[in-house]
Amino acid sequence: MYGYNGKYLRVNLTDGQIKVEDLNEELAMKFIGGRGLGTKMMMDEVDPNVDALSPENKLMVMTGPLTGTPAFTGGRYMVVTKSPLSGTIASSNSGGFWGAELKSAGYDAVIFEGKSEKPVYLSIEDDKVELKDASNLWGKYVSETTKELTKDAPKGTKVLAIGPGGENLSKIAAIMNDEDRAAGRSGVGAVMGSKNLKAIAVKGTGKVKVHDEAKLKELTKEKLAKIKENGVTGEGLPTYGTAVLVNILNELGSLPTNNFQKSQFNGGEEISGETLAEKYLIKNTACYRCPIACGRYVKMDDQEVGGPEYETLWAFGADCGLDDMKAIIKANYWCNEVGIDTISAGSTIAAAIELYEKGFIKEEELDGLKLEFGNGASIAEWVKRMGHREGLGDKMADGSYRLADGYGKPEFSMTVKKLEMPAYDPRGVQGQGLTYATSNRGGCHVRGYLVSPEILGLPEQLDRLSSEGKGTWGKIFQDLTASIDSLGMCLFTSFALGAEDYADYYNAICGTEHDANSILEAGDRIYNIEKLFNLEAGIKPEEDTLPKRLLEEVIPEGPSKGNVSKLSEMLPKYYAERGWTKEGIPTDEKLKALGLK
Amino acid sequence: MNVEVRLFATFRNGRFKKKNIEIVENETKVKDLLNELGIKEEEIALIIVNGMHSNVDRKLEEGDTLALFPPVAGG
Ligand code: SF4
Repeated sequence: MYGYNGKYLRVNLTDGQIKVEDLNEELAMKFIGGRGLGTKMMMDEVDPNVDALSPENKLMVMTGPLTGTPAFTGGRYMVVTKSPLSGTIASSNSGGFWGAELKSAGYDAVIFEGKSEKPVYLSIEDDKVELKDASNLWGKYVSETTKELTKDAPKGTKVLAIGPGGENLSKIAAIMNDEDRAAGRSGVGAVMGSKNLKAIAVKGTGKVKVHDEAKLKELTKEKLAKIKENGVTGEGLPTYGTAVLVNILNELGSLPTNNFQKSQFNGGEEISGETLAEKYLIKNTACYRCPIACGRYVKMDDQEVGGPEYETLWAFGADCGLDDMKAIIKANYWCNEVGIDTISAGSTIAAAIELYEKGFIKEEELDGLKLEFGNGASIAEWVKRMGHREGLGDKMADGSYRLADGYGKPEFSMTVKKLEMPAYDPRGVQGQGLTYATSNRGGCHVRGYLVSPEILGLPEQLDRLSSEGKGTWGKIFQDLTASIDSLGMCLFTSFALGAEDYADYYNAICGTEHDANSILEAGDRIYNIEKLFNLEAGIKPEEDTLPKRLLEEVIPEGPSKGNVSKLSEMLPKYYAERGWTKEGIPTDEKLKALGLK
Repeated sequence: MNVEVRLFATFRNGRFKKKNIEIVENETKVKDLLNELGIKEEEIALIIVNGMHSNVDRKLEEGDTLALFPPVAGG
């Protein structure tokens, strides 16, 4: 096989057995890799009704066929498992260098089963693969763990690890790699923690085989030119990173503020990408073979640390009513150290503040720490308490839904399928609300980023307040995203590239015969199999919805004033586009057409 | 008549963040202002007037807020 290594590791943590197995080529062709192939393997091997934190759940760390190849941004990997947070299929994507290193070591994936009796980590040096004792690493923060594991290891060893958040089974725990890159969402870190698996250290010396080297060179030149010429990938993202969105969303009155009680934040300028660049930025950082380099290193006191992304600036900033950049940088830093997701963490703190303000959380539960909108001094401390499950942090560690529900007020949780929604108010960005509601992992923006046409006008400007045409756009974006995630490239390339570009790349590297249509069809297939997993897991079709606040309470002020989400207008059209019943269930006909039945 | 102009990202370089600008009658379209700002039409990715997407032909009125962005993105 080209692109793929054609083999993967299966590690049974209960009995310590490690096997090398052949990749099923037919399945790889049908589901591409990463997110798609991982979901198919979960479907085949794991009962969707499994308790996500039990030994019967599996943790599949998947790469795509383009991961670790010369394809630019081909450094991505994907963690596929059942989510302990949402109960849906989870597939959490991350960049950095770890995924590419695993490919160089000769494997397309590592599948973990069972549960180790004691803390362990997996060490991979090409074909030398061993489980090693991690008792001395248990309890350590992510950066410390990474340093320990690289100290005596061969140069260039890459580490993926959990922090105390994952060890303590926080349902919003992330899996971190290269210290500050996160497979952040859906609580995948807790699944790793439940297996007593602290880390995977990998070093590879091999090279992935490419089908047509000459063609690949030619294509890379051509596609790189597209990336450079595109205003967004060539200039916007390199100069400001994702953070530049703060001012845009705020100008448009669609930046959720104080737990989505408002949609415009007075302190927007203080937490903007412009302020971050002007006062805190040290340098840009890039993942494996990435010409865009959207990552940031920033100043934190006298330290140099990974900088906050747009979503993080929003979660700890506007959503917590906080205009203090220093405090946000600190909260972000601590999320990376304890290994919890910044979006879910910030949004859970925002929900806790509202619960406290309205008298549901009592003063004595706070153990003396302030819980109020705009309080920068306490925010990093709440992150640490969540990671360590201390005091009220214990309840907050399982996300805003379980927290709010515990006080009888689930409506204060701004989640879809118990996953916290990010930084775009669905009342002001209507199509994005549709893709939040229908995302197979819950409230997530990278499962059909309609912000691109609705806010940024890419590839064309849509009316952000209208429901018109959003079903069609939503489906196409969801399908293309599923394919890109499965290939192993970064989603940000799609600001400049289209389905045919990915098909070209895939063909040159793997010798496949894809075109734009078949890439979108593969995405459709992946979307449908994810939906099937969720239905079997007991996720009800009517959970394709948004919090009551967004459906019933209008935005009280600003440019989007007076709007609620028009989800009920968009859903039927979206389901029709998908070829699903009007209740949102894939039809037999559709499944047959996609080869899923 | 007066409008408030807000500039973002690289448009701020050598210019300003926020400024009240007086415009004369008959030259009230967004594009009439661009000359004065030294920004070319093709450099602009987003024009937002009073919090809504707009375009260079939009006629401005007293008290309007005009925000201009070069190509930017995120996610
Ligand atoms: S665009 Fe950003 S996130 Fe994507 S690969 Fe490049 S540096 Fe990493």
